Amino acid sequence: MRRLEPAAISGVMSRELANFRTYWRGTTFSSVLEPIVYLLAFGLGLSATLVDEVNGVPYVQYVGTGMVATAVIFSSALPAMFGTFVKHRFQNTYEAILAAPVDVEELVSAEMLWIGLRASVYGCVPLLVTIGFGLDPMPGMLLTPFFCLATALGFAGFGVAMAATVAKIDQFNYVTALFVTPLFLVSGAFFPIDELPQGVQIVAQLNPLHQLVELVRGGAFGFEAVDLLRFAGLVAFALVMWRIAVRRMSARLID
Amino acid sequence: MAAMAAIELRGVVKRFGQITAVDGLDLDVPEGICLGLLGPNGAGKSTTMRLITGQALPDAGELRALGHELPGDSKAARAEMGVVPQLDNLDVDVTVEDNLAVYARLYRVEDVGVAVDRALDLARLRDRRRDAVDELSGGMRRRLLLARGLVHEPKLILLDEPTVGLDPQIRTELWTLIDALRSRGTTILMSTHYIEEAERLADEVAVMTHGRVISRGKPSELIVEHVGRETAEVYGPPERLAAVRAEAEARGLAVRPAGPAIAIVGSERADNGAIPDDAVVRAATLEDVFVMLTGEAAE
Repeated sequence: MRRLEPAAISGVMSRELANFRTYWRGTTFSSVLEPIVYLLAFGLGLSATLVDEVNGVPYVQYVGTGMVATAVIFSSALPAMFGTFVKHRFQNTYEAILAAPVDVEELVSAEMLWIGLRASVYGCVPLLVTIGFGLDPMPGMLLTPFFCLATALGFAGFGVAMAATVAKIDQFNYVTALFVTPLFLVSGAFFPIDELPQGVQIVAQLNPLHQLVELVRGGAFGFEAVDLLRFAGLVAFALVMWRIAVRRMSARLID
Repeated sequence: MAAMAAIELRGVVKRFGQITAVDGLDLDVPEGICLGLLGPNGAGKSTTMRLITGQALPDAGELRALGHELPGDSKAARAEMGVVPQLDNLDVDVTVEDNLAVYARLYRVEDVGVAVDRALDLARLRDRRRDAVDELSGGMRRRLLLARGLVHEPKLILLDEPTVGLDPQIRTELWTLIDALRSRGTTILMSTHYIEEAERLADEVAVMTHGRVISRGKPSELIVEHVGRETAEVYGPPERLAAVRAEAEARGLAVRPAGPAIAIVGSERADNGAIPDDAVVRAATLEDVFVMLTGEAAE
């Protein structure tokens, strides 16, 4: 049997879909409500009192487009970390799947693809909410799901690799504090990074979330030539994380 | 003509750091039989199962399952075998039929609906098909777990401690299902540390300890070979049991502890006077064999 069989990948994804059908309401509710609450707080609170606009963009629209990145990382990296860990350690789900004709590479690919697709949908929600707050719809925004997908695949791979690395579930606190929170804070979602110290700006340029924010804003306010490079960077990030995740999970699942 | 082996292991070794879990294991499972892999906890039974499913890689030795070399061709072998794990790993929030349908897809079953219906009938859960697994009783969940491993009608079934931790009623239910499979000629490799399970279900038993098979045969043959026809159990205070034991051993008889008693195996061979008059003489069992061979208490 060959590698990366579509039937194996779709089989694993069908399991995720069967489970998702049991909890989609809660997840969807929070993913819609959160950006509304944030936009109300930032848009009607902060922008009315402190910040009117950033780089000529009304602050509520600036934050709304930036929040696509936060929605993507929180619906990819965190479910990948916790979901993978729980399925492996507590539910023994992977033991059952790997007893079927599915190998670790197919399992990891399917998990990443499922999380990536889900996050690419949830990632668009803040943009839709922001349109409700006055952002003009633009054709470039139709590319947002693809930008989200590439980024979410990378962070899903990151989450799976972390789940295969930590010994205990509480060690995710380190991962969140050291990686997830800083990445999301220096993504340029809430404030422009060009006001930050030089060193932080360089780190921010390496941050996939920053590239996603720039691409989403490109779709809303006009693309630049460099955006192609940004997208290529996100695709490369996803590919590298995929290979790392497969490697880490193989070491974890196969004795 | 001898039946083809569904599983062939030759000199298989698996180490975890300093611990050798499987130590030069040779094991053949001919097609169409139920082989019970009987051994105490830590004997290497579950590791052997994981080696056969490709979830553990051997440090040495050769493995074949259903004609496929392992671990290289493990995926093709897994497509033709079904595995029922020791631990319940069903998706508890998902319906009974969706649990089965997911695995029918993973096993590339062409008509998923037909396969699910067949599995539901096997598990006697047709009327509960739309219920979440969480709503099922313990026995129903175990039947579903077994049906999930059979959803693709495998040629070979691996049962890893299929009734561990279950109450006697559920265990008996499951034995009935497994016995039905055996009667149909499905090849079964079943690891267990329950003597009664091995006696009831297995055509042949391989006694395993410290990562290797130390004896193998039909239960009745193993009993005659290792412990003879009869066992005499002697009850009494510890001092008396110690004295009886010393006397029996001095006469060359094998003695083992048996809960509150001691058991003198092969008592039919004893000289006059070697067995106390108040001893309870019974037919020798597989439990006697297990304890004599492994030195472990039976369950």
